[in-house]
Amino acid sequence: MLLYILKRLIYVTPVAFGVSVVCFLLVHLAPGDPLSAVLPADATQATIDEMRSAYGFDKPLPVQYAIWLWHVLQGDLGTSIATGRPVLGEVSRAVVNSLILASVATLIGFTFGTLFGFVAGYRRNSVLDRTASALSVFGVSVPHYWLGMVLVIIFSATLGWLPPTGAGPDGSGNWRPDFEHLRYIILPAVTMSVIPTGIIARTVRALVADILAQDFVEALRAKGLDEWGVFKHVVRNAAPTALAIMGLQLGYLLGGSILIETVFAWPGTGFLLNAAIFQRDLPLLQGSILVLAMFFVLLNLIVDVMQTALDPRIERA
Amino acid sequence: MTAPVTAASIALDGAVATASPVEAEAFVPSRGFWGHVGHRLVRDPVAMAAGAVILFIVAVAILSPWITPMDPYKGSMLRRLRPVGDATYWLGSDELGRDMLSRLMVGARLSLFMGVTPVLIAFAIGSAIGILAGYVGGWTNTILMRTIDVFFAFPSVLLAIALSGALGAGIFNAIVSLTCVFVPQIARVAESVTTGIRRRDYIDAAKLSGASALTIMRVQVLGNVVGPIFVYATSLISVSMILASGLSFLGLGVRPPEPEWGLMLNTLRTAIYVNPMVAALPGLAIFVVSISFNLFSDGLRTAMEIRQ
Repeated sequence: MLLYILKRLIYVTPVAFGVSVVCFLLVHLAPGDPLSAVLPADATQATIDEMRSAYGFDKPLPVQYAIWLWHVLQGDLGTSIATGRPVLGEVSRAVVNSLILASVATLIGFTFGTLFGFVAGYRRNSVLDRTASALSVFGVSVPHYWLGMVLVIIFSATLGWLPPTGAGPDGSGNWRPDFEHLRYIILPAVTMSVIPTGIIARTVRALVADILAQDFVEALRAKGLDEWGVFKHVVRNAAPTALAIMGLQLGYLLGGSILIETVFAWPGTGFLLNAAIFQRDLPLLQGSILVLAMFFVLLNLIVDVMQTALDPRIERA
Repeated sequence: MTAPVTAASIALDGAVATASPVEAEAFVPSRGFWGHVGHRLVRDPVAMAAGAVILFIVAVAILSPWITPMDPYKGSMLRRLRPVGDATYWLGSDELGRDMLSRLMVGARLSLFMGVTPVLIAFAIGSAIGILAGYVGGWTNTILMRTIDVFFAFPSVLLAIALSGALGAGIFNAIVSLTCVFVPQIARVAESVTTGIRRRDYIDAAKLSGASALTIMRVQVLGNVVGPIFVYATSLISVSMILASGLSFLGLGVRPPEPEWGLMLNTLRTAIYVNPMVAALPGLAIFVVSISFNLFSDGLRTAMEIRQ
């Protein structure tokens, strides 16, 4: 097991390196001079040159990358141009809010996804199965930012039951686990959960159908085990894959929350990215994306290791 | 002499062409692989309905400049946010008093164009990378596929927004960003299908016949892997439509006053308290197209008997 974790770590290192290169190059993809956002429009050539060397933009790209990476490894993601505060602080605050939202959404998605998936897998081609399949196609086809708007129209604008935007009544940027704040998380979390519900339902349905068709299930029934006992075996066999999909979905939701966070004005990383893009705050953009991508890489690693721990038959390269 | 052999079946199945006319009288011509796929697809009501919806919307998009009931750009300050079912504005009017039906019809052009183009370009580039990596193998494969892995470390929405955020708003930049999102995904599928067939006997036979690597890749490999890759690519169109409109929704794609469903959805967000039905319409359009592409792609996959 330790050897396996080590192997995965060695495999992940070049990927993490590649991710850092992509994030570094993002700033250089941007049209115009990366300094144009910092400098006044009427800056003299002398000022520009001075700033260029102060920021290190006069050095060759690989050297700039090495310096940048050295700072990143020490936790220094640079300074936000818009607020003048360190990027790391801004991102960490937003990540917590995004993580809360994404976790609640994943939990909802996992609950309903496995429920629909099990029912559909057990009763294939029944009405329930068809309904579950239709729901999962809906989940992956619906533009979630539109679904968010529709839910706001129904539950906020028309019925007035739930608040349409924000993370809490005080307008502060932090979510707390109490009743008032809970009302604010319902709409965005439900909107977000539609995608994982569909994907998990589809996967679990296929898994359960596959497992039920295997010989060992026949053998269990033949030796007189009741349905509940068989069910426990099915769960044990489906769990590693289902949990792995859930873990990956959490990562996708965390990275893909920008649209939903924009609709609901949720103070997370999506909201931060949106601000960074439109204020041309490149260090903030770069830092947020680096943190989110690294989180996704780490999550993939954890999922892989957990999957192997749960099911020792999986020993992948 | 009237053998029941159509030109199409000869083109699809070489074996029929070699049969003598006398034998062909009693011989039921094989439909060939694509013939079978088409036959099964036609008998799938869901896929056919989805295909019909797609064709209808494509036709509306192409014909829209000539068939819109009103000028999609001309607004009226007096007739803003009319409800759905209005006598003049059948689907209501938007926040600047422009006809929603006309704007939805013209909007289909940019929305479809921005959703489909990235997948088409990525299909060409991704297949080329994947087939090369899968057929050549060895170090070429390792280098190409490990580079692809790096892009898999980004959730697709994040990558699309990161790239178009850095490149800046605009239709061209949005298409470039989305293409970059889909190339790795298609390349990975292409690589795995190609690796699966490169040890087959017919590849060895082609090698022994003296065909060059390029010819084998173009004829034997491409002919056998293009189907599964194509089906995978069609399943991406739905995602691409949602993402492309999403970029416009964020203000990173199409610029006003050009009608595009995502952008229309964004500008109508302020109207959800005044006229919720009208505000939700552009999103409904995105949803209908996206689910149609998904259902059609599912049907195609079933017809081609490809396991997911």
